[in-house]
Amino acid sequence: MTSRLPQAKGGFNFDNHVRNTLMEGKGLGIPKATKTGTTIVGLIYKDGLVLGADTRATAGPIVADKNCEKIHYLAPNMYCCGAGTAADTEMTTALISSQLELHRLSTGRQARVVTAMTMLKQMLFKYQGQIGAALILGGVDINGPHLYTIYPHGSTDKLPYVTMGSGSLAAMSVFESRYVANMEREDAIALVQDAIEAGIFNDLGSGSNVDVVVINSEKVEVLRNYARPNERGVKEASYKYAQGTTRVLKSSIRDFVDIKETVHVTTTEEMDIS
Amino acid sequence: MDHFPTNWGNPRSEEVDSYNTYPVASHIGNVPHSVRQIAGYGHTNGHPTSHTQSPVVTGTSVLGLKYKGGVMMAADNLASYGSLARFRDIERLHKVTDFTVLGASGDMSDFQYVKHLLDSQMIKEYNADDGHTLATHNIYEYLWRVMYNRRSKMNPLWNTFVLGGVNKGESFLGAIDLKGTPYQSASIATGFGSHLAQPILRKELEQRGGENNITEEQAVEILKKSMKVLWYRDARSMNKFQLAKITSEGVTISESMSVETEWGFAENIRGYGA
Repeated sequence: MTSRLPQAKGGFNFDNHVRNTLMEGKGLGIPKATKTGTTIVGLIYKDGLVLGADTRATAGPIVADKNCEKIHYLAPNMYCCGAGTAADTEMTTALISSQLELHRLSTGRQARVVTAMTMLKQMLFKYQGQIGAALILGGVDINGPHLYTIYPHGSTDKLPYVTMGSGSLAAMSVFESRYVANMEREDAIALVQDAIEAGIFNDLGSGSNVDVVVINSEKVEVLRNYARPNERGVKEASYKYAQGTTRVLKSSIRDFVDIKETVHVTTTEEMDIS
Repeated sequence: MDHFPTNWGNPRSEEVDSYNTYPVASHIGNVPHSVRQIAGYGHTNGHPTSHTQSPVVTGTSVLGLKYKGGVMMAADNLASYGSLARFRDIERLHKVTDFTVLGASGDMSDFQYVKHLLDSQMIKEYNADDGHTLATHNIYEYLWRVMYNRRSKMNPLWNTFVLGGVNKGESFLGAIDLKGTPYQSASIATGFGSHLAQPILRKELEQRGGENNITEEQAVEILKKSMKVLWYRDARSMNKFQLAKITSEGVTISESMSVETEWGFAENIRGYGA
């Protein structure tokens, strides 16, 4: 008798799996998602933490967005960098941001970073890695600065310096060479910038500009396009053709017609509103 | 190799003999032996002829850097057997002539074979006794042709070689991979090194304005920094490596050395989340 009651179902419905595999075998696969093919980093310094990201979004070998934003707002004291499938990182962070705000209103307190981390990891685990979001979560709360990495399958790490994305090895090589505990703000930002630039120049999935977010107990600074090492060069001359290069044989000019609408009341009957 | 312990100890299947040691019935009918040989099928194990598709005993990254006065190379002393750190005193930097060093990553048995080939070439050179010795770029050309030839026969030598040397005051540094792709540059890194060390090497060259602004001491420092990052982040590396220095004076392959490492970076962190 209990089988008649609606059972709570979580996660995805895998009923179509067999059919999908069959179709893929015949060449009718699912469209490729836009991936961020990214370099994202996070670093704890003396007064708080610094998050960094590149700004290139790729769809296979094509650059889909030359200047996208990979550092997402979660709460006034927390930001999250996202690597992996762009839609997944965007929607997951937006969802948890919304949940956090409701939580904040309910508790009347500043949200803690572990709360966001737990919400994210429980959701990602529930979807068994099908949501391709690899995140670097950083924030400052009542217990100080916290930096976490969250993987698509739901595992987390808590570390003083982290990198994720296709350019993570290039960025990590910079961190491993120069990271020390309790850095000053300027040094921390410079190190984050160098790490992201290593990703931008040595990884094909990363490129364009460097975004930085600095979070400490007092304020948050969102430094969008902190560095722009790939600005397009200025054209040296004007390559426009002079008027008259192509001979004009005939001109025909028609003005756009102004259409005026006037309403003529034809009856004095009142509107029937019964 | 079957990685699943539950499959070990089961009786051998009579249809498939993957080691080709026992005549089992082939699915091909009565075909004369001569035809089988030429056609390349009908072997006792029922599979067509195939060659090495994956390496067995392997060496990880080899690094190379040009500096003012010569070329420096680095490689650790480890030959891994999958995830086992099996041979911990292997010299992956090999002196070919008085002015050329060959570094090898990838399959160690193929490296030993190539060392044998080069020995034969050097003996031929010695016998010719014409006053000429093979310069680095000559050995490079020879090695490139060998690699490309094997790749074209679908039976590659599973290595990425790094060749460094000096000839008449000119420095030479290049790499050749298992497909026969030659690549020359002021900085070379194979395997994991291409992701972790190459960004560091390139940044150093860029910052100092080229190889002629790097002294010997600086080159040692840069390579040691790179080997340290590799020890941290390459799971198939070892903290025991050699440096090879080639100048117009000759070749010096150093004794094995290690780098200082710091493992207390997360002392104050507990757990991985809440």
